Amino acid sequence: MKTPERKQSENEMQSVSGADVWKLRLYVAGQTPKSLTAFANLKKICEEHLAGRYIIEVIDLVQQPQLAAGDQIVAIPTLVRKLPEPLRRIVGDLSNTERTLVGLQLKPAGKD
Amino acid sequence: MRTKRLSQRREPTPSLPKTPTGIGGLDEITEGGIPKGRPTLVCGGTGCGKTLLSMEFLVRGAVEYGEPGVFMAFEETAEELTQNVRSLGFDLDQLIRRKKLAVDFVRVERSEIDETGEYDLEGLFVRLGHAISKIGAKRVVLDTIESLFSGLSDTAILRAELRRLFRWLKDKGVTAIVTGERGEAQLTRQGMEEYVSDCVILLDNRVVDQVTTRHLRIVKYRGTTHGTNEYPFLIDEDGISVLPITSLGLNHEAHNEHVPSGIPRLDTMLGGKGYYRASSVLVTGTAGTGKTSVAAHFARAACERGEKCLYFSFEESPAQLKRNMRSIGVDLEPWERKGLLRFHSMRSTLHGLETHLVKFHHLIREYEPRTLVFDPIDNLLHAGSKQDATSMVIRLIDFLKLQGITALMTNLTSGGLSKEETGMDISSLIDTWLFLRDIETDGERNRVIYILKSRGMAHSNQIREFLISDKGIDLQDVYLGAGGVLTGSARQSQEAREKAARLVRGQELEIKRRAAARRREALEANIAAMRKNFEAEEEEDQQLMQDELIREENQQRDREHLAAKRKADATGREPAPAKMGRRSK
Repeated sequence: MKTPERKQSENEMQSVSGADVWKLRLYVAGQTPKSLTAFANLKKICEEHLAGRYIIEVIDLVQQPQLAAGDQIVAIPTLVRKLPEPLRRIVGDLSNTERTLVGLQLKPAGKD
Repeated sequence: MRTKRLSQRREPTPSLPKTPTGIGGLDEITEGGIPKGRPTLVCGGTGCGKTLLSMEFLVRGAVEYGEPGVFMAFEETAEELTQNVRSLGFDLDQLIRRKKLAVDFVRVERSEIDETGEYDLEGLFVRLGHAISKIGAKRVVLDTIESLFSGLSDTAILRAELRRLFRWLKDKGVTAIVTGERGEAQLTRQGMEEYVSDCVILLDNRVVDQVTTRHLRIVKYRGTTHGTNEYPFLIDEDGISVLPITSLGLNHEAHNEHVPSGIPRLDTMLGGKGYYRASSVLVTGTAGTGKTSVAAHFARAACERGEKCLYFSFEESPAQLKRNMRSIGVDLEPWERKGLLRFHSMRSTLHGLETHLVKFHHLIREYEPRTLVFDPIDNLLHAGSKQDATSMVIRLIDFLKLQGITALMTNLTSGGLSKEETGMDISSLIDTWLFLRDIETDGERNRVIYILKSRGMAHSNQIREFLISDKGIDLQDVYLGAGGVLTGSARQSQEAREKAARLVRGQELEIKRRAAARRREALEANIAAMRKNFEAEEEEDQQLMQDELIREENQQRDREHLAAKRKADATGREPAPAKMGRRSK
């Protein structure tokens, strides 16, 4: 948990600009253990693989339920990769780092 | 607890609160609707109307019962749904604008989703909860929530979450319909019936002999009575109509009024007055025995009384029917123009049975006839299986009885069937059953009619010859006598023979009579002659007697004269001698 921007607002975790900026959005529903785990795991992966070029936006659906439909959120927690295209969704607490990396396409799938 | 009319909606029973669906017929067979505040499972195969049924549930709820609803679609977008139900007259856009309806399309695309680690479906709960609170929804539809299983792979989580979802819905107090795709071994692919335990409705779309019939069945309804049969239902321009067997109880009124058959002699056979009002009359017969003619007479008689008649023809077009009937002197055209007669011709194979039944209901409701003709009813057999057709006719007859409509149905029997068979097993429902048949003798066919049964009236047991001329139908007594039962020209020739025989007998009698008269004349002439003879002899006898008397007197005188001459002292004459005996000839 070595995230310097942690104290910032939940929705705008980091402000980075650039062409290959990764825009990630994490949907949670309240401060549940799963949400916290997911956030921690995400942060860790980003720091390791995308240091300096990512934005994490955390959306708490308990507070903003109207946002759930927009990104077709069903499961919680869901990580949505808004940028780069194409849009990717990863559900779960991201505890499996390998699969998360594959899902984010930071790493090719095993057989590739 | 039985409803009398289809349209009547029942109040929820106090024991188990129910939410009326507003769907025609469904509230009747569920006796009030689906369980209030609980989820109901609607399952069925593709294209059986699950989405429409659940959408109608919401729309009717919003429009008729003031209960806003949330439609959570997993398969179609809001736009697609709006378009799909527009044909049923549902304007979703307007309902959404008026905050009577919320549609949330949930897309779960497996190719876009990776799963890693634990998750739950709180997102779905949030969305649903948000939509419910936004419009104050009382009704919720999840269509088809099982799609989640194709989008997400962790079925253990899904199952646990669905269980939680249904409990959550109950806690929310919303009346929900959850749809599920029909599974192989169970009602739904994912065994949704395990979670939704209060009410399960199964929809079915069966194709039998190339004709589709939709069916609805309530598999389970905990804590309440309900109709258990399979009920055909229909999706038409007014939405879904489920057609329950109207007479869950046989409680229609019995009418004492009579309805003439249009054939005076037939009325005489039927106790003098014709059929009973609101009875069902079946006219069966082989091909070409005049069933349609009987029906046309009945229709015309109804019109002449000023009663509206609805004529369903499954074999002939109205024009053809009218032309044919005109040829036997039954002109239906003027009545049609007057609006007392309406034809409805359609091929029975045009629709499935349930569509037919609904069409009948629609037309009957709209036109409100007092009499009805189905010509021929067995044609409906082509629109479905025999069993379905029979059950449909049963429901139809019940419906007509409740409406007080006198119905005449014709039914073609094939030569192979015994005469008591209708081919539809509806004979037990029929109040008056006329049987037409032809008798083939001496190279000609003749029609005869008799009454197989007629409930509640003294009816003739006689066979009548059934003649169709250009003046309509006439019934004639058949020849009953030494020659057996004869009809047609056999009857006529037999009658002619009898007439000739009578004539001959009459002539013989006359001859005998004359001979007797002649004999009498001869006798009398004889008698007269004898009398004349006798009189002549009598005269002669008298003459002789006269002569004798004179001679006696003369003798006496001579004796006295002699005595006087001899101075005899005879004091007087001697008494005259005794009267002479009768002389023989």
